[in-house]
Amino acid sequence: MAKQLIKGNEAIVKGAILAGCRFFFGYPITPASEVAEAAAYYMPQVGGTFIQAESEVASINMVYGAAAGNVRVMTASSSPGISLKLEGLSYCAGAELPLVLVDIMRAGPGLGNIAPEQSDYNQIVKGGGHGNYKVIALGPNCAQEMCDLTMLAFDLADKYRNPVVILADGFIGQMEEPVEFPEAYASFPDKPWALHANADDEHRLITSIQLEPEMLEQHNIHLQEKYRIISENEVRYEDYMVDDAELVLIGYGVVSRILQTVVDDLRAEGKKVGMLRPVSLWPFPSAHIAELGDRVKNFLVVELSNGQMVDDVRLALMGKTPVHFYNRMGGMVPSPEEIYAQVKTIWEA
Amino acid sequence: MAEKRLSKADSFYKVYERTPSAIKDVTHYCPGCGHGVLSKLIAEAIDDFGIRERTIFMSPVGCSVFGYYYFRTGNIQCAHGRAPAAATGIKRAYPESIVISYQGDGDLAAIGGNEIIQAANRGENITVFFVNNAIYGMTGGQLAPTTLIGQKTTTSPFGRNPANEGYPIRVSEMIATLEAPVYVERVMLGDAKNTNKVRRAVRKGLSNQIDNKGFSLIEVLSVCPSGWKMTPVQAKQWMNDFMLKQFPLGVYRDRSEEIPVRESQRHVFSVDGIRDKLELPKSGEQTMQVEKPAAEFMNPRLKLAGFGGQGILMLGLMLAEAGMRAGYHVSWIPSYGPEMRGGTANCHVNLSERRIGSPVVSKPTVLVALNQPSLDKFESEVAPGGLIIYDTALVPNPPKRKDVKVLGLPATTIADELGNTRIANMVVLGAYVGYSRILPKEVVFSALPALIKRKNLLPLNELAVEKGMEFVTRMGS
Amino acid sequence: MLEAVGLVQAKVVVREDECKGCGLCIAACPENVLFEQKHLNRLGYHPAGYTGSGCTGCGTCFYQCPEPGAIAVYKKGYVGEEVA
Ligand SMILES: Cc1ncc(C[n+]2csc(CCOP(=O)(O)OP(=O)(O)O)c2C)c(N)n1
Ligand code: SF4
Ligand code: SF4
Ligand code: SF4
Ligand SMILES: [Mg+2]
Repeated sequence: MAKQLIKGNEAIVKGAILAGCRFFFGYPITPASEVAEAAAYYMPQVGGTFIQAESEVASINMVYGAAAGNVRVMTASSSPGISLKLEGLSYCAGAELPLVLVDIMRAGPGLGNIAPEQSDYNQIVKGGGHGNYKVIALGPNCAQEMCDLTMLAFDLADKYRNPVVILADGFIGQMEEPVEFPEAYASFPDKPWALHANADDEHRLITSIQLEPEMLEQHNIHLQEKYRIISENEVRYEDYMVDDAELVLIGYGVVSRILQTVVDDLRAEGKKVGMLRPVSLWPFPSAHIAELGDRVKNFLVVELSNGQMVDDVRLALMGKTPVHFYNRMGGMVPSPEEIYAQVKTIWEA
Repeated sequence: MAEKRLSKADSFYKVYERTPSAIKDVTHYCPGCGHGVLSKLIAEAIDDFGIRERTIFMSPVGCSVFGYYYFRTGNIQCAHGRAPAAATGIKRAYPESIVISYQGDGDLAAIGGNEIIQAANRGENITVFFVNNAIYGMTGGQLAPTTLIGQKTTTSPFGRNPANEGYPIRVSEMIATLEAPVYVERVMLGDAKNTNKVRRAVRKGLSNQIDNKGFSLIEVLSVCPSGWKMTPVQAKQWMNDFMLKQFPLGVYRDRSEEIPVRESQRHVFSVDGIRDKLELPKSGEQTMQVEKPAAEFMNPRLKLAGFGGQGILMLGLMLAEAGMRAGYHVSWIPSYGPEMRGGTANCHVNLSERRIGSPVVSKPTVLVALNQPSLDKFESEVAPGGLIIYDTALVPNPPKRKDVKVLGLPATTIADELGNTRIANMVVLGAYVGYSRILPKEVVFSALPALIKRKNLLPLNELAVEKGMEFVTRMGS
Repeated sequence: MLEAVGLVQAKVVVREDECKGCGLCIAACPENVLFEQKHLNRLGYHPAGYTGSGCTGCGTCFYQCPEPGAIAVYKKGYVGEEVA
């Protein structure tokens, strides 16, 4: 199929529609606004609905309402807006509602700026909102994956009745690359638990409240069991030249693209360097990292944050392999040369 | 014979299975609470209108949080204040459903103030029942936005003081100022006559929704004997004596008669013509075979920079689009973040035979500088052996580097001669592809229509590309 | 035949089990035929009771009562069973 040169943020919307999403409730924020803009343009043309809500708080709650029905629904925002959505996300997770939330991360804290960062890792991967919940988090690193992982996100959301987050950075959202769009889903599986506005609805309830501690504990145990199954089945990552690697670079999103260049440059010099790119940030490829830790001499984790994912790498390795860390913040993006220099110091140490 | 009997509505569950309480046939409401009465009036109307199977009841946070124990309908329990937003979501998914947002004064007028105003202003076809009991019942009797001046609550222990807490909010009056709402009325669960008015308002609010007329809000003054620390009978008297003064009853907006009855438009899932609607390329469009350029021009990493209006971003996109059509891996990224300052624009483009790593170009092999600041800023970054292209008409001080190739051309002058300064970018495009031979003219021309929306401008753009190519051919000869 | 004629006299039935003794029905009954009973019900309230005559079937008590199932009113001419 022919390719289309397209911005990552728009590829998300086209992918979502191909995956059967017809409802989008958003609120503008740079660098995620193109997602809402594309949804506003395409949704009405495919018989869908786009609403620009009054706030991120309202938009996630609109999603909550629509996700209670037998439809596919999404929203998108960037870091400050995601903070506002976390209350609603916790309710969605508690009520086990499937939805796709796109986070095109920007720099913080506070209003920060509109340049890329990866500092929402903790608030998405570690919960962020209240309660013992998890959301599946997928980190695309190219426009093609903005489409593909969004489509996958809808399937995973329905499969597990759980929110799925596309955790991308400003660069991946703003970048244009060729995308090959797959065929549209002709339909998606019926959600028997959902409201259908028919006679069966009297037996259906969408709620996150449970007053009885015993029952709420049961619900929490049920959720943790679901999360365990997800952890076992939905880990995704990409290995790039790790087979014989003595040093493995770890990064996701735009960082992984820069790391690829570094690996290419170092391989050209004959250095045994590889890259591991977590695609699913939750569930995190901990087991794979632990296994690499048995044969790799050093890891270098690179992030556009103060070191959020690196904690998960360290936890996976439990101290058995040295983990080095390099980061930029505030919207600064490291050049391949910068990282190359880091690798050199590790190599020579 | 139902009309000769008044008894528990069918739209209540017979047994409240969802309550954790051992007693499953009694509500959790306190003796005398207005919530119970309003619930009965709503359930009765749902019965009478025959809409139970398609009704979805939105329980708020407040004493009516457990509405779903009782209403034998579809049920969604919402976050505090967000019921109008959640109602919007499910109603848009099921326009044929009857969505009831049932909210207290804390829920609707405090934490959810924005959600209710915006849902009303969008004219969502939903029915809102707003229970104004001048207090936070559920949390034990704290100040509400509707608490009366002087009224003692646990968080206004000396009485509501306007200097500190402001004045009681009149929600109906406020909502009625909006264009969209169809029907706004304040009623009171008082004596038999007033209660009958509540009954009528409930039915009107629901029939408006059944007829797809739009947004209705019924504010219901209601007693909270527990929160007010009164007996139910005293509470009714207090409501009558004091709340009425602050909250006059009446119809604040009613366009029910003006608006015609409409059919609801069900949401139908369809994928008909979806690829066209999404403007996806036809599968027939194939990549074009091109010859490889000389090794020094292969796999270029370009940085393109200039003033905002010079079409720098478009130039980059053209290259990426054409590169894609020639079967290359490509990436384009606009200047973004710290580099995006002061009216300058730049972008980074990669064309590569291999999967592209960093889309961000830190060591360009090609720099296109269309003004002096861009050249000054990026000249030093260019990789040794690389290429600098600049507009001699706008860059008085040419590049100083000796270890790079330099291509200066008066792009703006050439564009002016063609009658349009704005196509200098296309002249540069022609010069670059002509000089490097990275892409043949046909591929570039095939890319133009994908990005130039005004088709009558295509010939001019093609001409500009050709002029750029001619310039480098003349230069070489 | 009862079936054909229906109730000759309206009546009110208080389900004591579901009554919370709030007294609103008693206060509102225009005929004063409801009263607070001395005993406590399973919920710990003094339930309302009907004196047994004088109810006109006006429905006031039903619409004052917050409990969905605590009061049922059968109007004159009603044909059928009492509801559970
Ligand atoms: C985000 C959030 N903040 C606060 C609360 C605590 N809370 C529960 S109910 C309530 C007030 C409800 O008052 P109102 O809406 O007037 O309902 P009523 O109980 O009077 O019917 C509050 C503040 C909450 N559940 N969630
Ligand atoms: S606290 Fe007030 S509003 Fe809540 S149930 Fe009791 S009387 Fe009703
Ligand atoms: S129906 Fe009327 S008359 Fe009969 S008990 Fe009730 S309020 Fe009194
Ligand atoms: S109004 Fe209802 S709950 Fe209150 S006393 Fe009468 S029957 Fe009982
Ligand atoms: Mg209240």
